[in-house]
Amino acid sequence: MVDISPSLAPPRARRPLGQAVARFRRHRMAMGGLVFLVAMGLIVVFAPFFLPYTYDGQDFNFIGSPGAMSAQHWLGTDELGRDALTRLVYGGRVSLGVGLLGAVISTVLGTAIGAVSGFYRGLVDIVLMRFTDVMLSIPTLPLVLLLSTFFRPSPVLLIGIVGGLIWMGTARLVRAQFLALREREYVEAARALGAGGARLMFRHILPNAVGPISVAATLAVGTSIMMESGLSFLGFGILPPVPTWGNLLNAASAWLGIAPWLAIPPGLCIFCTVLAVNFVGEGLRDALEPRL
Amino acid sequence: MSLTFLIKRLAGAIPLLLGISLILFAIIHLAPGGPTDVYADNPSVSPEALQQIITRFGLDKPVPEQYLLWLKAMVTGDWGLSIRTGRGVLGEILARLGPTLQLGGMAMGISLIVALPLGTYCAARRGSRLDTALTFLSFAGISLPVFWSALLLQLVFSVWLGILPSAGMKSIGDGSLIDRLQHLAMPVTVLSLATIASWSRYIRSGMVDVLAQDYIRTAYAKGRREWGVVIAHALRNAMIPAVTVIAIDFVTIISGAVITETVFAWPGIGRLFVESMNGRDYPMLMGLMMMGSFGVVMANIIADIIYAALDPRIRHG
Repeated sequence: MVDISPSLAPPRARRPLGQAVARFRRHRMAMGGLVFLVAMGLIVVFAPFFLPYTYDGQDFNFIGSPGAMSAQHWLGTDELGRDALTRLVYGGRVSLGVGLLGAVISTVLGTAIGAVSGFYRGLVDIVLMRFTDVMLSIPTLPLVLLLSTFFRPSPVLLIGIVGGLIWMGTARLVRAQFLALREREYVEAARALGAGGARLMFRHILPNAVGPISVAATLAVGTSIMMESGLSFLGFGILPPVPTWGNLLNAASAWLGIAPWLAIPPGLCIFCTVLAVNFVGEGLRDALEPRL
Repeated sequence: MSLTFLIKRLAGAIPLLLGISLILFAIIHLAPGGPTDVYADNPSVSPEALQQIITRFGLDKPVPEQYLLWLKAMVTGDWGLSIRTGRGVLGEILARLGPTLQLGGMAMGISLIVALPLGTYCAARRGSRLDTALTFLSFAGISLPVFWSALLLQLVFSVWLGILPSAGMKSIGDGSLIDRLQHLAMPVTVLSLATIASWSRYIRSGMVDVLAQDYIRTAYAKGRREWGVVIAHALRNAMIPAVTVIAIDFVTIISGAVITETVFAWPGIGRLFVESMNGRDYPMLMGLMMMGSFGVVMANIIADIIYAALDPRIRHG
């Protein structure tokens, strides 16, 4: 038998957050993803200040058909003589922005609906969860497409549409957390001390559900980016001249045979960004929801 | 499988379908100008004809009554006329179902054949170099945008190598099995990549959980060899978490592999959806949405039935 020596006694207590950070930092793929995302964020925010072109500025030497990669135009130019690298960077601003804000909306909606449902139970729970089931049953991409033909969305409205259609997973998750946590002794104690519904939900239960919520929120960033790109790729999302990675790819697909250098970078950006987001999500899952 | 279980599940779907129909109905009425707006700028629709449409669909009646009329029409199969073609919506959808089933069925079949052994092997050899590599690859597969992988395949195999046709279902004047398979190759690959990645992860995690259970140790203790244990004892239980995902993915592809079918000009449901979007063909879009949602609800029920078949505790529970 293994001798249970004093050295196996629990190590000195560390703050849970510190433990989670340590676990996250040991996750190589997650750290790689995080570094990539930070770098990408810095590039799309600051690079436009250093680029000599604007996203809709035309170089009339290269008009009519796509221009090749050159020292002047690192990633070439599109058929209207616009610098592809500049458009890629500006497109990243829009795509990342939609991804982040879409995830924020989806997380706030999902958390609110899940929290109310799990906390109050009863009729409210039944109504909200039936509604969630209904939303889960309608195929998402077609519904997003449909709404975007109806409303010809501005980027802001598009963020609302995307965020408003991907909250269901989060809602179910948060509901399950609230159902379990509301029965704990510490919640009962707080209730006995006279805490009301809102205080119990926000002050006592929500902080303990932050782990799963942040994992879901991270993954929602990837989903939003993917959805906006798909929509813009099909020509129903954000419309040119405002570039996004999706509509850049749409424009490049017409020139695929003669100018593949236009089609590869936007897709690569979407792919790497979503991959990095998923890695970070996985790292957060391991760090915040340790399974023994 | 008890009949009551089946009836209970089917009855449970009715409120869900009613909820879906309410939301879709609300969306038609949210459309700027309402459901007749699309006819208004069509010169071949006279004011009399417009009035007739309004009367026929009861659009001059109160909204709740309109909903009931619309619901009745949907249930009885009168899904209205396509604005683009003037033919019945239901018939048009059914005509496009064949190509989509061909594409989706093949992609799903291949995905299952690849994902099942892949996920099982990774779980059984957890932490091995191959498992780590495949886990990384499955993340890549999930993160790969289908519209980009489709373009890359077209670039390599159609533009550079010239060995596969870039679009369509068959060459004009051809249609032999080889020709059809050549047209299927790229869209099937694009669809399969994503599903293989996601399914193999579900199967892997299901298998990892099951392999840690006591009855597996008992099976080993009885002297069964590893693959005997994995296949005969563990696989059935490990499949349960993956069943829902597989069922839903299948329906999602049938109800519109919108992007893949568009890139490869595949004449199926997904392409019909985009064509209808471009033509602002609302009756067709509503029909497609209704059919897609119905499919998802049915897929959930079928997944539950498969659960019950795989796990007797659910059957009697």
